Amino acid sequence: MAHIGSYDDRVKNFSWDIAAKELDYQPGNVINIGWYCSDRICLLGKADKPALIWEGLGGKEKTFTYNDIRLHSNAIGHFLRGLGIRPEDRVCLFMDKLPELYLGFLGILKIGAIAQPLFSAFGDESLFVRLENARTTAIITQKKHAPKVRKIIDRLPFVRHIIIVDHDPGKPLGQREVSFDLGRAPRADAFEIHPTTAESPSVLHYTSGTTGQPKGVKHVHYSLLSQYLTARWVLDLHDDDIYWCTADPGWVTGTSYGIIGAFSNGVTQCVLDAGFSAEAWYRFIEKHRITMWYSAPTAIRSLMKAGEEAVKKFDLSSLRHLASVGEPLNAEAVIWSEKVFGKPFYDTYWQTETGSIVISNYPGMKVKPGSMGRPFPGIEATVVHPDTFEPFHEPGKVGIIALKPDWPALMRTYWDNEAAFRSKFRKGWYLPGDRSSIDAEGYFWFVGRDDDVINTGGHLVSPFEVESALLEHPAVAESAVVAKPDYVNMEVVKAFVTLKPGHTASADLDLAIMNFVRKKLSPLAMPQEIEFVDTLPKTRSGKIMRRILKAKEWGEEIGDTSTLEDD
Amino acid sequence: MDEMKEIIRNYVIEEYVEDDTEINFDTPLISGGIVDSFSMVSLKRFLENKYQISIPDDQATPEAFDSVNKITDLVNDFIR
Repeated sequence: MAHIGSYDDRVKNFSWDIAAKELDYQPGNVINIGWYCSDRICLLGKADKPALIWEGLGGKEKTFTYNDIRLHSNAIGHFLRGLGIRPEDRVCLFMDKLPELYLGFLGILKIGAIAQPLFSAFGDESLFVRLENARTTAIITQKKHAPKVRKIIDRLPFVRHIIIVDHDPGKPLGQREVSFDLGRAPRADAFEIHPTTAESPSVLHYTSGTTGQPKGVKHVHYSLLSQYLTARWVLDLHDDDIYWCTADPGWVTGTSYGIIGAFSNGVTQCVLDAGFSAEAWYRFIEKHRITMWYSAPTAIRSLMKAGEEAVKKFDLSSLRHLASVGEPLNAEAVIWSEKVFGKPFYDTYWQTETGSIVISNYPGMKVKPGSMGRPFPGIEATVVHPDTFEPFHEPGKVGIIALKPDWPALMRTYWDNEAAFRSKFRKGWYLPGDRSSIDAEGYFWFVGRDDDVINTGGHLVSPFEVESALLEHPAVAESAVVAKPDYVNMEVVKAFVTLKPGHTASADLDLAIMNFVRKKLSPLAMPQEIEFVDTLPKTRSGKIMRRILKAKEWGEEIGDTSTLEDD
Repeated sequence: MDEMKEIIRNYVIEEYVEDDTEINFDTPLISGGIVDSFSMVSLKRFLENKYQISIPDDQATPEAFDSVNKITDLVNDFIR
């Protein structure tokens, strides 16, 4: 029986008090996500239950019980306090999916500091702008990624500590570096958890917009109520589940549902810290008898490419419920999953700013392949006119998704950018920036972004950031970056580039520019295609008209060109 | 053959490895998380430029790019 039961009944009778009651939380009480995800589960009698089963390269495996994650996160918290880290200091987690990432996240929250997870594939410039914006106090990383930190550390005077979790004892440490060895750190049974309250800041995730630098999305400890309940009702986590969230905690899914949702529900979760391979993923499901699998459309389409034969080699009968997030899940993928796994992937919709699932398909409810589903109980959602922000009432009419901003996990602000935060609200609605329609049964159907942000593999890339990086390449005079359609990733980055005098377009230059952006920003931001052009379309005032280039890529009407500069 | 392997290995080290991780001809590159699926595009482009070949997307799979040895086999299929 699914936890949610009847969706319609839940909508009728919904109150966030349901989550508060299940979590024994009362307004005004101390609420600390680190405690709820470890100590509380131990107090509920599950201290010896496996919390985290981690598998690394070559099948290396480690298992941590709930008591282990309690003691280890205490140890990390103790270590950070010893370094002088104080409540609300930003502590960046910059590493692969090592156990220290999960335990460190909880340890940071336990001392009242703010966890700032960053995707470990970020290049040094992407890392720099996010650390500079947050004025981060400490970075927890691993030796593999330490060179990127060292490249920029001289420009980050406020970073006091670089904590390396796998340092070779025989090698010297660099400036401000300190070693932390989880295996040798004393497990701290007694630990004073910082008495954070509902509005105490917890997590700072960075997200990209069309213009300007990435924005730090500030969440608070009260977000737990949303993350706990959505994990229970949407992902349908049961006590005996073996759960696998494939997302990296460098992104919000990896923390909201790869850490908080899972551990606050006391389930056993598995983590695979290795690159993608269809057979390796199926083997992982078979080996650990995964029952609930939360993944992403890009991964699902990659599995589709690998074919049905790969599925047949493995016993995947343990799978009970599947869900997807990151970008719209196409109908073809839902149908394929029903065919090969015997059950569909349930699409879920949310974003960094919403902190938790806001529109979704639910266990027990009819899945319409290709639809985002219906609003989570307690969340009022609609589509509005792009200019008046008044709701559309006609089924099938495409508008901007709008949500009443009153659920616990909604961001509290953008770090140091209140103006950008306020711009996300109109006429009492929060606007996530996506376009959709709603059918007669209340199902939402995703249409696209309402801006130029590129959604590649479920991650948002700012065209502005990529264009800025391109301009730093010595051969590039001007650039315009747009989304290009892609079967696996939905969209990929495409760059149009004009060259400075003395430089000639060539295959080698194309590759050099790709690698330049990849190292500076990230592999996600690397243009997968570069088109060298003589000129870029501009308005008479000199602004590059990205929409013309994008329309050509998507085979769409170019639209109004009356402001286009004459050749 | 060995020269090609060395060229590819050196390129992987230079472009995708930040620390002192050792890369041999059988080191898992994709499944080992050394080269991610997005970066694979730039590795494919390098091979195409270097060896004047065109690798169809449906053959540029994570499995075919998973080690220097496998990449060399793939490239040789197109050179011949």
